[in-house]
Amino acid sequence: MAAIPLPDHSHALEHVEAPATTGLNHRKLLMWAFLGSDCLLFGSLITTYMIYRGKSITEPINPRHVFNIPYTSVSAFVLLMSSLAMVLALAAIQHGDVRRMRIWLCATAFLGMVFLGGQFYEFTTFATVHHLTIQGNIFGTTFYILTGFHGTHVTVGVIWLLSLVAGSFQGRIKQKNSLDVEIAGLYWHFVDIVWIIIFTLVYLVPAI
Amino acid sequence: MQEPPPAVRRRSGINELGHPTALRYVQIAVILTVLTTIEIAVYYIHSLSKILIPILLTLSAIKFALVVLWYMHLKFDNRIFSALFLLGLIIGGSILIAMILLIRAYHFY
Repeated sequence: MAAIPLPDHSHALEHVEAPATTGLNHRKLLMWAFLGSDCLLFGSLITTYMIYRGKSITEPINPRHVFNIPYTSVSAFVLLMSSLAMVLALAAIQHGDVRRMRIWLCATAFLGMVFLGGQFYEFTTFATVHHLTIQGNIFGTTFYILTGFHGTHVTVGVIWLLSLVAGSFQGRIKQKNSLDVEIAGLYWHFVDIVWIIIFTLVYLVPAI
Repeated sequence: MQEPPPAVRRRSGINELGHPTALRYVQIAVILTVLTTIEIAVYYIHSLSKILIPILLTLSAIKFALVVLWYMHLKFDNRIFSALFLLGLIIGGSILIAMILLIRAYHFY
């Protein structure tokens, strides 16, 4: 049987980082398009929460009686500081300092995990002390879906950051491909700005 | 136009790669922390309760803009990235405002 010649994809690999017709990097363009579309997702989730806020017919109805503002403020601060650590990681790799990049990436991931731990504690407290569950009333449903989706985004971000740290130990993250860190950073900062909005609209703006 | 010399760039908080310097990143973080502190303080000042929502929304918008412009580099990057992001943001924001107005106008709930 005659051997079928396999297509040569080596030339295609050479074009992976080639700029698009816009002159911009494909991956960065894709990430911004994704973040734009994620605005729609969170826009609709925040809208749903805002529309149904204060409309529950079973307790708890008033978010003010449930939320612990000082506690959530600390969580918001932790996420803001994780964004600082993220940009410092990017600055480090752009100057070829892989060791410092690892330290800042680990700091970012750690702060992300602190945020997630805080969210887990908050959810547990709401459910056990205030009997706010996802099925209990419309406040619980809209609140947990919104903040749960955000928490899922943070979890994905932490995994991404840790995979970058692992990749750096394998020599895959260097100064020349600092774009890998920049794109992960874009995602991480997006998670941060979503929390800036959630913290204001969901936690601080009074419901009733 | 000629590129400014490195010393001038550093003074303006921009490094040779066209991104902010580490010092500028820290300065932004300090501003974000101060704004968050003001947000929380305002929440507890009862005399400001009538203008609480506009104050909170303004502070939140400033924080949002600082992160997007400086940490996500939209201030320095190509405008196409800004356009892609703003498109989603404007549609998402419009949905929020339109739905809230619609629900209030017709008293659906």
